[in-house]
Amino acid sequence: MKAEAKKWKEDAAVSMKQTDNLETGADLLIQSLIDADVEIIFGYPGGAVLPIYDAIYRSNAPFKHVLSRHEQGSIFAAEGYARVTGKPGVVLATSGPGATNLITGITDAMMDSLPLVIFTGQVANQVIGTDAFQESDVLGITTPITKYNYQVKDIADLPRIVKEAFHIATTGRPGPVVVDIPKNISEALPKRNYDTNFYLPGYQPTTKPNPLQIKKLSDALAKAKKPVVLAGAGILFADANEELKQFVEAYDLPVVNTLLGLGSFPGSNPLFLGMGGMHGTYAANMGMYECDLLINIGARFDDRLTGNLKLFAPNATVAHIDIDPAEIGKNVPTEIPVVADAKKALQALLERKGKKPEHQEWLEHLNTYKEEYPLWYERSEEAISPQWLMKKIHEKTNGEAIVTTDVGQHQMWAAQYYTLDKPHNWVTSGGLGSMGFGFPSAIGAQLGRPDDIVISISGDGGFQMNMQELTLLKEYNLPVKIIILNNGALGMVRQWQEEFYEERYSESLLDVGPDFVKLADSYGILGMRVDKETDVDAALDKIIAHDGPVLADFRIIRFEKVYPMIAPGKGINQMVGVKK
Amino acid sequence: MKRIITATVQNRSGVLNRITGMLQRRQFNIESISVGETETPGISKMTLVVDVADDQKTEQLTKQLNKQIDVIKVSDITDKAVVARELALIKVASTPQQMTEIQGLVTPFRGAVMDVSKDSITIQVTGKPDKIDALIALLRPYGIKELARTGVTALLRGHQPQAHVTEINQFSV
Repeated sequence: MKAEAKKWKEDAAVSMKQTDNLETGADLLIQSLIDADVEIIFGYPGGAVLPIYDAIYRSNAPFKHVLSRHEQGSIFAAEGYARVTGKPGVVLATSGPGATNLITGITDAMMDSLPLVIFTGQVANQVIGTDAFQESDVLGITTPITKYNYQVKDIADLPRIVKEAFHIATTGRPGPVVVDIPKNISEALPKRNYDTNFYLPGYQPTTKPNPLQIKKLSDALAKAKKPVVLAGAGILFADANEELKQFVEAYDLPVVNTLLGLGSFPGSNPLFLGMGGMHGTYAANMGMYECDLLINIGARFDDRLTGNLKLFAPNATVAHIDIDPAEIGKNVPTEIPVVADAKKALQALLERKGKKPEHQEWLEHLNTYKEEYPLWYERSEEAISPQWLMKKIHEKTNGEAIVTTDVGQHQMWAAQYYTLDKPHNWVTSGGLGSMGFGFPSAIGAQLGRPDDIVISISGDGGFQMNMQELTLLKEYNLPVKIIILNNGALGMVRQWQEEFYEERYSESLLDVGPDFVKLADSYGILGMRVDKETDVDAALDKIIAHDGPVLADFRIIRFEKVYPMIAPGKGINQMVGVKK
Repeated sequence: MKRIITATVQNRSGVLNRITGMLQRRQFNIESISVGETETPGISKMTLVVDVADDQKTEQLTKQLNKQIDVIKVSDITDKAVVARELALIKVASTPQQMTEIQGLVTPFRGAVMDVSKDSITIQVTGKPDKIDALIALLRPYGIKELARTGVTALLRGHQPQAHVTEINQFSV
């Protein structure tokens, strides 16, 4: 099955580039996509994109079209693909409802800086603005949630716009770009020669760090007594995990990861303090609280990380390396701003070979936190302990799986207990926190990396938001292993209601749910249900050994909570539930 | 505090919407905004007067403007020597007997009468916003029927003095 999935990728690679045969604007679009080295389009047809789908049908383009069962499935899959391959995810949807069904995914990609190029059909130029059938103001709707967007007004602009769109989506701080294509453009008769050169005077991202700022940072590091590095997803986008490791080890710096930065530094490295933030480790949060120098590399000081800003790194000199200058100083006052690509900044820091700080005491101090306040959980007779299950999955996959998650309790347990030593294996919806993300993103991840084992971890709530995509597993032979942590509840909502709303479980208990085994069966894939911890070993062995997709329903402790925790409004030094 | 920010932008489709949308989403308070073409074809200049809480917010504002793909250059010219002007059209209720009186008020402001009817007079005035405010205050007792202002547009002066005595500071922006 893996071999099959790989085969079409190889076919794609060797297939000749299509050149002539341009009958319509849609053919020109296909040609532009070929020129952009697109491998996969995640899409769904409809009226306004019929000419484009016809061109796909007629072409022998070396890319594959993956038909989701809902446009949201398409775009989440494209995000998963982009996250694990580093390549832009390409999405195609029709006008009106097709486009509006993409909105959550576009916003998600914007928040988490994922490179996507999204093509939407539009009604013909002549009827735009008349409330035509399936017309929606895609430009208006997507302006605040895209890095940039276009509506093609003249077919002569189409190839240039596509080229620009890929450039903007993938450079600087990555993000989604929408290209809205009216039907008359995709039906128009193209010319032969187009000018695809572009010049964007307002878009010249700074990638090289200012040497003076690097010196400042290096000097601050030499003087620091309590330094901490906060590593975010910027490291992963810049492919700088090697440089980060070298830098950190050269100076013996303790490292905290953001949720999206997990995998940018080996989780098993002794210098790793854990994930920071609301459900981070005590050592990571106290490290950030007590440090005198905080070096943020590629993180944006999200509120779920910082907690109450007044209590965030109160005694620290803050240095912030970011490719997006607007992130520096946005939430946390920053003494040493470095606008640069993380890789280039780290290389510059390594070249300086600055003085090592004297901070042995600090490292020992943090180690006592790690030993005194490790992540903890309690097992129960009643059902499976979710944290223990995460550790088991880690063990059975040698920590090498690509893990995708939805949003909620299971996401935090996966982040806490599926220790990642390798980059680009962690796919989760961070900034927007979109339920329904986990499973479709696993489809995209598996398509992008057919040789890797992909584990999709979801709750029973989030999985039901996009379970229509189960069809794709069979259709495209994708051996995704779906692990549902079933507690018959919207666990995180329920946890907050328990803690902050006096146990008034308003609409958070999902007492009635589907039989996931029968559901799997109806989609022609292997389903299983696991109720007891004693069955977990055998079940996981079977799931991993099975040559194909599996949908596994694990019954976890219903009222289990995610700990430790920073309550809303509290500081990172005010964690609760840090000990048994 | 009020700041005058200018932005040179590529005149692409939706650029004004992009910028005002961003300002609204990020809770920046726009007092006025004016847009027009520049000496270079395809390049427009926007002049924004914004009310921000502190320097950190001003910095965020200029950074967020700069981040827009279509924005080529952003300058905070509040503390620079600038020529800043605004145009206002003011329709004032007036009886034929009051016409001369009103014209007398307008003359020191170098305003011009653009239209006269039996019960109103329309005045055009150009200048710094506080000058326009002053004229409006003088005309208010007669009854202002309609008022339209363009918002400030500004250019840096050719010579920037070292001392921080600037026209803009004088009109309390």
